[in-house]
Amino acid sequence: MQSTTVSTRDTAQARTRFRRPEWLPRNPGSWLQLLLLSVMAVFTLMPFVWVVSTSLRTPAQSFTVPPEWIPVDMDFSNYTRVFDEIPFWNQILNSFAITISVVCGQLLTASLAGYAFARLRFRGRNVLFWIVLATLMIPGQATIIPVFILISRVFGLSDTLWALIIPGISTAFGTFLLRQYFLQIPNDFEEAAMIDGANQWQIFRKIYLPLASPGLAILAVLTFNAKWNDYFTPLIFMNTKERFPITLGIVDLQGYMATGSISVVLAGIVLSTIPVIIIYMFGQRYLIEGLMMGGLKG
Amino acid sequence: MTSYTVQPSEGPRRNALVRWLAADTMNGIKRQRAILGYTFLIPTIVGLLLFIVGPMLFTFALSFFKWNVFRPPEVIGFANFERLFSDPRVFVSFRNTFLLVIMTVTMLEVLAMSLALAVHRLASRALGYFFRTAYFLPVLLSGAAVAVTLGYLFHQDFGVINYYLGKVGVPKIAWLTDSNVVLWTISLTTVWRNMGFTFIIYLGGVSSLPSEVLEAAQVDGAAGWRRIRSIVLPLLSPTILFATVTDIIKMLQFFDEPFIMTRGGPGDASRTVVMMMYENAFGNLDFGYGSAIALILFAVIMIVTGVQFVLSRRWVFYN
Repeated sequence: MQSTTVSTRDTAQARTRFRRPEWLPRNPGSWLQLLLLSVMAVFTLMPFVWVVSTSLRTPAQSFTVPPEWIPVDMDFSNYTRVFDEIPFWNQILNSFAITISVVCGQLLTASLAGYAFARLRFRGRNVLFWIVLATLMIPGQATIIPVFILISRVFGLSDTLWALIIPGISTAFGTFLLRQYFLQIPNDFEEAAMIDGANQWQIFRKIYLPLASPGLAILAVLTFNAKWNDYFTPLIFMNTKERFPITLGIVDLQGYMATGSISVVLAGIVLSTIPVIIIYMFGQRYLIEGLMMGGLKG
Repeated sequence: MTSYTVQPSEGPRRNALVRWLAADTMNGIKRQRAILGYTFLIPTIVGLLLFIVGPMLFTFALSFFKWNVFRPPEVIGFANFERLFSDPRVFVSFRNTFLLVIMTVTMLEVLAMSLALAVHRLASRALGYFFRTAYFLPVLLSGAAVAVTLGYLFHQDFGVINYYLGKVGVPKIAWLTDSNVVLWTISLTTVWRNMGFTFIIYLGGVSSLPSEVLEAAQVDGAAGWRRIRSIVLPLLSPTILFATVTDIIKMLQFFDEPFIMTRGGPGDASRTVVMMMYENAFGNLDFGYGSAIALILFAVIMIVTGVQFVLSRRWVFYN
């Protein structure tokens, strides 16, 4: 240190006076990157701030520019008005009923099928597995017309919550996902359990199913998100407002409020988003892991 | 670990079937597993046959029929397809969809990959966590909520976006009512909602790269960019292929945002293929024609999947 030139000693002294916090970038290139990241973060977060702050404005101010980013006199009446304008409770409960039924149904059917494909030997297993994999490639829009005919004309379930639950219960994706999890569990567990006298059902239920719980969590979180946010399927099946899930309810509310206060609509959006935010808070590890797995698979 | 007790045999009184099933021999266990296997598959196989395989075949068959619920179905051969290929509105809807795919997927991949590389290089874990959460938040929202919200923000007269553009001297843009602009508006809306999803996939890909590779590319400036292009991008090609194809397929099935924001308008300027299918099948109750459109869309998706399959074998670098 002491043999260095004066200028470096100066900077060394400067460094002792101002210690660079860990998060500060080291060089201009990194500064530029941080700037890019921050600008994008502003763009992604601004609409959230706008929705929340505008949902708290009085109807008269609701569509004014420049926007008031921080609401000064907060007006919570928009939140109560959501309940007056649409059957909001019904619609939220419908969304919960549909989503939770589908999540539970998928966990059940996919864990059974995934286990069978991963750990049980029987004739025709590979053929059946290829059929399941092939259905993964079929987009929902290619099957929706016959499914609509089946549900409405054959089963007579149109405009009921069943129309949104029943077709969603079996899942090729979930079966594939849980099969991967069951395959990762070593055989030793099964042998040990058989020596202890466990039967085949007990081996599945008591040993393998608990060990696959991260996979179950991933499937549950992904399905919850997808089903809660589904707009296309309910649009086709539902006609009665009281039976709408909340996605249809929000768009319906927007139609009502076209000339009224947009704050009410935004209050509805805030309320309808709370469940997925809560799921994200508790299950983000699983949600992100589930989404990334596809990427790593390549 | 739970312990199990050996179940006592109940003697010769048990009937033959139960004995055959519950035999503690190797063959008995094999049989039990096979029966359990078939039983476990019943719900999934029945569900998939009833709601995916069957309907897929039915869509295929329906496309050769004229059927509008009120009158009995009538075989009309390829007439639906002939009509489809000469229908200017269907052509426009395919053109719009392809344009949306190109615009949106290009923006998504470039943005998501740059941001993933940048976030991965951040020294601070807390900052990395903040950016990840910020980019991911819109993914949680429904297409309906996003369409309604961004529809307000893009409003020509009262929208926040035009207000701030006006501040820097840009005249008001008719985001939702100008047929030359509306596809960009919808594309930007989708980029906003889906960027976090693609970003997470790239972050996974980047994190799985060997750290020496990223350090080698850490040098900034032109040399750094060249290294990214010649080292990082080839290594990342499986992720790029997967993310691109996933996004293309998602965009080909695009519906919620244009349906809610513009109803396909102005005119047909933002009408997508799925909207055409929806309007023909569920608006005009022309199930045959709707099925034909759905089938063409399905064929396009299969081609994309096929191209992915071929590409992934040809030039993707697998470690």
